[in-house]
Amino acid sequence: MDIRTTGGPATAEEMAAVDGLLGEPQPADHRVVHGGRAMRSQRHLLLPVLHAIQDRAGWVSRGALEYACRRLSIPPAEAYGVVTFYARFAPQERGPVALHVCDDIACMLAGAKVVEGAHGAPCLGLCDRAPATLTERFGEAYEAVQTPAREAARQPGSRLLRRVGVVDPDSIDSYLQHGGFAALKLAREMGPAAVIDEVTRSKLLGRGGAAFPTGRKWQSVADAPVRPHYLVCNADESEPGTFKDRVLMENDPFALVEGMAIAAFATGCEKGYVYVRDEYPLARRRVGEAIAQARERGYVDFEVEVRRGAGAYICGEETALFNSIEGKRGEPRNKPPFPVEAGLFGKPTLPNNVETLVNVLDIVNGEFADTRLFCVSGQVLHSGVYEVAMGTPLRALIDLAGGLLPGRTMRAVLLGGAAGSFITPDQLDVPLSFDGTRAIGATLGSGAVMVFDDTADMRQVLLRIARFFRDESCGQCVPCRVGTARQEEILERMLQSPNGDGRADVMLLSDIAQAMRDASICGLGQTAANAIASGLTQLKVLNG
Amino acid sequence: MADVTLTIDGREVQAREGSTILDACRRMRIDTPTLCQLDTLTPVNVCRVCVVELEGARVLVPACSRKVEAGMKIRTDSERVRHSRRLVLELLASSVDMSLCSPQVRGWMDRYGAAPGRFGKQVATVAQPVKVDNDLYVRDYSRCILCYKCVEACGVDAQNTFAIGVAGRGFDAHISTEFDVGLPDSACVYCGNCIGVCPTGALMFKSEHDMRAAGTWDESKQTVTETVCPYCGVGCMLELHVQENSIVKVTSPLDHSVTSGHLCVKGRFGFEFVQRRGAKG
Repeated sequence: MDIRTTGGPATAEEMAAVDGLLGEPQPADHRVVHGGRAMRSQRHLLLPVLHAIQDRAGWVSRGALEYACRRLSIPPAEAYGVVTFYARFAPQERGPVALHVCDDIACMLAGAKVVEGAHGAPCLGLCDRAPATLTERFGEAYEAVQTPAREAARQPGSRLLRRVGVVDPDSIDSYLQHGGFAALKLAREMGPAAVIDEVTRSKLLGRGGAAFPTGRKWQSVADAPVRPHYLVCNADESEPGTFKDRVLMENDPFALVEGMAIAAFATGCEKGYVYVRDEYPLARRRVGEAIAQARERGYVDFEVEVRRGAGAYICGEETALFNSIEGKRGEPRNKPPFPVEAGLFGKPTLPNNVETLVNVLDIVNGEFADTRLFCVSGQVLHSGVYEVAMGTPLRALIDLAGGLLPGRTMRAVLLGGAAGSFITPDQLDVPLSFDGTRAIGATLGSGAVMVFDDTADMRQVLLRIARFFRDESCGQCVPCRVGTARQEEILERMLQSPNGDGRADVMLLSDIAQAMRDASICGLGQTAANAIASGLTQLKVLNG
Repeated sequence: MADVTLTIDGREVQAREGSTILDACRRMRIDTPTLCQLDTLTPVNVCRVCVVELEGARVLVPACSRKVEAGMKIRTDSERVRHSRRLVLELLASSVDMSLCSPQVRGWMDRYGAAPGRFGKQVATVAQPVKVDNDLYVRDYSRCILCYKCVEACGVDAQNTFAIGVAGRGFDAHISTEFDVGLPDSACVYCGNCIGVCPTGALMFKSEHDMRAAGTWDESKQTVTETVCPYCGVGCMLELHVQENSIVKVTSPLDHSVTSGHLCVKGRFGFEFVQRRGAKG
């Protein structure tokens, strides 16, 4: 490929960052060209390279991007499309520190304000610490620091959370002392087919939000004749109000590694990826170190790589995530083909959520019980992750989190995050199960439970959700790209003049919602109107 | 390849395995609106105006890319299909200047009752100044519906030059060179194949752009002369669009076996030599 670069040279620092990741370039010899295919086959390293540049220099300059393009044989226009797709990459020069202030729902309720010079950010997954920030210091010793926890990790769960706050997340020996890798040992004795049988029999449903039967997915990948098979752990937890996977990865990373090892063993995956959102630096470090320690002791015998997201909610959608790992814009793909036939790099792929994989340990050990993690945040006494049995009434879960603040009354609960819907105070006895929530037109989604009391400005909450989808739409398909923009504009107009032409605007929103639901490529567009529709009809936000 | 049997709008049809629902609809003469689809490009299924209802599917499916399967039951004119097609056209037309689209597109707008004005006046659009940075063609992205066709034609589907890509995200997504540099600084080789596939007039010969600005562009006065490009031995077929004895633009038919509609800079823009346009001649 003839790559034209006119942006001038990269700085020595930028080149060092790229070479540090890719190795020193071959000495130039203009009589012959070597390694075109080898260079192109590294295209999937574009995001890691961009991170390396930005971690060092604070931004991605034209010279640096073009240098990266020459090293990876990527057209600069295409690479620029990738840089500008991800919110975390800055194509403009900026200072050595970036402060990201979460201004999403939970932090907004906690009074977050984006100060001058800071960047407003969608949910940082730190709702239990609201208002939350993420600070990045660029340079040779790049560091990213999250708002620290105010209290030690709580352990309100018995199964999935039993090691949280108990084991030393940095030590494999500590994990082994708490029964670690017993499930993997057992799985290897049972053989792949028996493991898949157990998973199928457990009736485990995926915990990422779509609730697909895990056993069926595993069977499909195991049966796929094409090789290699890929395992992709989806740790791009970006649904507003969701932070359970972060708690697992930060406090019990070896459990995830063990779950991945079992999954790879059972389905014959030659290579695995853990795609962790950029906003989780601690989780990323701990999982990476856990993989290294487990490999050293022989528990991980397949290739696993931790990949870092770059600020895109849409990359939690499995096919967008594959594109992101491949070094492309995180645009979802049309299905079919489904990931189990043609996923990452076009090969059979097993995409599983963090909580799903951790569940596998207990299934193999014969200790599985159908409990689930819920992230309770917003206006409750003790925000945090709680593990309760499926079917537990919502009211009991909120009581577990200490209930409302003194003297307040309940206004609403947002179940399932921005892609979920609102529950009214008279629906608090809904059992937290797939069928129970479906019966009242709601969804468990990713397990986000956001509580609002009578002091919450629900208009601002609805507007924030509308802005969230407008910001996070990938822009590929028309219903979502323009629909989310129109949805926000119309909602804003309605909230500003409640006595205006309300009925016509409600009709417009419902027309847009139906087209987004029916004709969008992926789940983002298909659910982008849910919470707003339920806010307007269930909560009657306009009327009160 | 074997044939499969499926049902479209209540009628049973045979279709080649591996072909798309759109292919089957066209063979049945069901007029299916498309914007991002072109027979010479890989389907990207992003505009969603071709969606149809597939029995058993939760959401509508894009006819342009979904392959036929035996036993499929498809409806192309149900209430849901009409609604989504109408909304796609309305959403696009409310944000993009679609006035230079083909009469066919306007026909679809009428058929589905699209009223883009109903979202109100204070809505975001992609309006922006025309980019004029070279003598051969202009880029008016206020007419861009983001169909990805130009990116595909510049890339592996035709030219393999990769001078443009999709940048930004969401409503801010747009076609761009790296860091939005002008075309002379980009990898562009001025083959003009992006103009050839653009369905909205966002990409346009500078000659056409200037004549439109001067009010002299008049398609009723134009004739089309077919000829073969004289520059090399490939044998590309050219269609010379002539107005008042002057070549105003050059195209090639999509279905031509040599070009598939694509040309190079000499065939596309070499006509300037024929008529010695410009002061220095």
